[in-house]
Amino acid sequence: VSARPRQNAWILFLLLSGCHGPQSALDPAGPQAGRIRELLDLNFWICLAIYLLVFLSLVLPILFRRATVLDAKEGRVISPEVKSERTVSAIVIGALVLTAAILFCLIIVDFLTGRSLASLATQNGTNVLSIKITGQQWWWKVEYQDLTPSKSVTTANEIHVPLGTPVKFELHAQDVIHSFWIPNLHGKKDLIPGYVTTTYLQADKPGTYYGQCAEFCGYQHAHMRFVVTAEPKEQFNNWLEAQRKSAVEPDTDSEKRGLQVFLSSTCVMCHSIQGTPARATVGPDLTHLASRPMIAAASRPNARGHLAGWILDAQHIKPGAHMPRQNFSPEELQSLLDYLQHLK
Amino acid sequence: MNGSALTQAPPIADSAERIALEATWTRGTGFLGWLTSTDHKEIGLRFIKTSFVFFALAGLLAAMMRWQLAFPENNFLGPDLYNQFFSTHGTAMMFLFAVPVMEGMGLYLVPLMVGTRNVSFPRLMNFGYYMFLFAGILLFGGLIANIGPDMGWFSYVPLAGPEYTPGKRADLWSQMISMVEIASLVGAVEIITTVFKQRAPGMSLNRIPLFVWAQVVTSFMVLFAMPVVMIASSMLTMDRLLNVNTHFFNQAEGGDALLWQHLFWFFAHPEVYIIFLPATGFISTIIPTFSRRPAYGSSAMVLSLIATAFIGFGVWVHHMFATPLPNIGQGMFTASSLLITIPTGMQIFCWLATLWGGRLDLKSPLFFALGFVAVFLIGGLTGVMLASVSIDLQVHDTFFVVAHLHYVLIGGSVFPLLGAVCYWFPKWAGRMPNEFAAKLSFWILFIGFNLTFFPMHQLGLKGMPRRIYTYLPESGWSSLNLLATIGAGILGLGLVIFFGNLWWSKKYGALAGPNPWRAGTLEWSTESPPPAFNFQNPPSVESQYPLWHDLPDTPVITGLGTEEREVLVTALMDATPDHRYSIPGESIWPFLLAVAASALLAGIILHPIAFPIGCVLCFIALFGWFWQGSSPHRPIKGTVAISTSPAVTT
Repeated sequence: VSARPRQNAWILFLLLSGCHGPQSALDPAGPQAGRIRELLDLNFWICLAIYLLVFLSLVLPILFRRATVLDAKEGRVISPEVKSERTVSAIVIGALVLTAAILFCLIIVDFLTGRSLASLATQNGTNVLSIKITGQQWWWKVEYQDLTPSKSVTTANEIHVPLGTPVKFELHAQDVIHSFWIPNLHGKKDLIPGYVTTTYLQADKPGTYYGQCAEFCGYQHAHMRFVVTAEPKEQFNNWLEAQRKSAVEPDTDSEKRGLQVFLSSTCVMCHSIQGTPARATVGPDLTHLASRPMIAAASRPNARGHLAGWILDAQHIKPGAHMPRQNFSPEELQSLLDYLQHLK
Repeated sequence: MNGSALTQAPPIADSAERIALEATWTRGTGFLGWLTSTDHKEIGLRFIKTSFVFFALAGLLAAMMRWQLAFPENNFLGPDLYNQFFSTHGTAMMFLFAVPVMEGMGLYLVPLMVGTRNVSFPRLMNFGYYMFLFAGILLFGGLIANIGPDMGWFSYVPLAGPEYTPGKRADLWSQMISMVEIASLVGAVEIITTVFKQRAPGMSLNRIPLFVWAQVVTSFMVLFAMPVVMIASSMLTMDRLLNVNTHFFNQAEGGDALLWQHLFWFFAHPEVYIIFLPATGFISTIIPTFSRRPAYGSSAMVLSLIATAFIGFGVWVHHMFATPLPNIGQGMFTASSLLITIPTGMQIFCWLATLWGGRLDLKSPLFFALGFVAVFLIGGLTGVMLASVSIDLQVHDTFFVVAHLHYVLIGGSVFPLLGAVCYWFPKWAGRMPNEFAAKLSFWILFIGFNLTFFPMHQLGLKGMPRRIYTYLPESGWSSLNLLATIGAGILGLGLVIFFGNLWWSKKYGALAGPNPWRAGTLEWSTESPPPAFNFQNPPSVESQYPLWHDLPDTPVITGLGTEEREVLVTALMDATPDHRYSIPGESIWPFLLAVAASALLAGIILHPIAFPIGCVLCFIALFGWFWQGSSPHRPIKGTVAISTSPAVTT
């Protein structure tokens, strides 16, 4: 109920238009981001009050304690009276005590927020959905692990989560330090080589959100993004079930040619398509490429034109990315695109 | 002539004595004289001017980055140039501008404010300047040669390690750090020794000007913080060098990537206070002068400085809240980060109390001081938010932090610095800056600064991470970024007006006289600009603001030798006269040592063989330096004790 006026106040204060959108800490879609937003609001109002008080006591003397022209000319120096200095001391000490008290309250509130953030980890016990994320330059490998290996799912730059249930993320770094951040759902957690870190979050509002690497990780740090889809449990299970299947067989002649192009080119050095001989794990798994909303670590929409541009000259879109330029004849390219767009 | 006594005689315009002092203290002419200068005023100003040159260069890089970010998917700078630019911008602003400019202000002002004729070890100061200069040339030369650092000013491993930053870019950064920190350490030693042993008689601890206190406390922080980053960056170099190959930070060989972050931030958070505390010293000087009264709560402010220095070493983990750390540990660092607000708050309350109890004379330096409070406070309050683990997890490494740190560093340091430059410019130049132009530049800077950095708070909350060279049009960050870029243009215009005013005023400004602001501290008791020997008769003091409160017949020091560069050494606590000391003069060896040490440190970038060769060269230079001794200015043996002179303590 109170979220709306608060939001307006932010906008009012910042004097800026504010549709915050799918990658914003100001639009929480789950309990973690929601609690942080509440703490942020509390801090904001306290800090605003303090700022106005100090600003006032800075501006008032400019208005009321000016030197007269004569004083300024002669450069007279004031000797403060003992009595008035005593009053000032009382005010200064009072302000200091107030500062300490406010800080103490802020510590307590922060501690309580931290505890409630941590409480998500203890809900649902061991039964929690666990997703393994591996950050690498400059994309995210996403694995839904299952005790039965054939039921495990590997995808890239795309995460689906069921609504209303806590999800555990197990974070690994392949090369350098990255940071996992979905502003609408929770704060960051670093992925550090040699460490396994975990974070818990929960989505309550259905929708599509964006995440982005928040720790500088080199050349294409700017284009290391991913899409999060929060959907009802049923839809989520359907999606997971579909992802578990091997790639669909090519139907048309063009698609069949496309598969042959894929298998006979350098594509197979890095990518895998389950159900075909392509098994490399250097780059993203392409088994269900056509089902993903975006490509190139969520920096381009997954449309035919963008896909073609990405295959032919990834270096133009993401200079420094590990995907090399490819030389395909127009026929080869069209067949390859037909095949890849068939991989629902 | 050499009789050492303090008499109650006022300074006599003894032209013979003055001529002799001038002959003894003036440096040699020509290029060699310029190169070997040991005058703290000349070297201090050189530090300040060189720092401002690096400030301009790093600012230019920032302007280009702002242009790149003004539009989504802009092609002005690619990722390679953008990454080099933001890394060089941060490195230069922190290491080549903010710290050295404060050091330069200290070197220029501290001897004048404590009433002595030079710093204690002027040749060491000369050496420090060249280390700083060569470090700056190395960094910007590297950028021009396309080996500018591109892994951030913080050089997190493994990204800055041998595997992910091959080539020489990270080596250049880590070696340049060692060079510039040598300059900082040397400056800290100068200031501590000068303040501890060369204060005017009567300047007991409670009478030391607040700016000098700020410089002393900062210098101690430098002594403890800088070695840490030198060690860390040397470890990084060793990890990277082909024939050395240590594995301090290599997880695969038993090293630890997080170790670097702890070492770096253990240095880099105190670094913020190393930049901020001298700025509080400026404010504590400017506000009393233009409130026409002594600073309120002088002892409280000194204690605040010291408390800040101590707590400043205990907050570094708040840069690492997103790394795997135990919750209790994080809570401790939240508490310490909030605790440091209390001494800073104390200083702000004391400044406000001074303003309320004074009669304000609204001159341009006071504009900058008041603007500082208004702007810095925003940075301080967002700092309170960042100390909270939960909030930090959302805004860490976003543009919110970019906004915060610029409010703290530009608001907290550059605004006071510009005010201080306005304030002491008459002392350096002998002429007044133009009031109207100075106030105009203040307003333009104030508006431009807020327009540039305030929108970044919201950009961060709307999910924009730091250090990205571009962003997608649909991210919704475009208009705020454009606004920030327009603000940066206004900010640049303000700086051009500010420095244009100084350039003009140096030639055509009104003559200043010794004390144009009618201030109370000792630097205003001598001519503007001061002679090479600072004071014809060094003063003694009886209060914290001797020009306001001391009687006209307060004793001055007579009888210091004019044949050698003699200064009076006083006791640490009460500044009672102890003995006379002859300060060494010009020598070419400090410059040669700087060349040798720079060759050593920069040569390692190319090959480790530079280390032994450089050591031999340094040894030769040190040998030359010590062989020369202080000749021809040998310290006087068996100095006459004058501490019992009754004239001092009246």
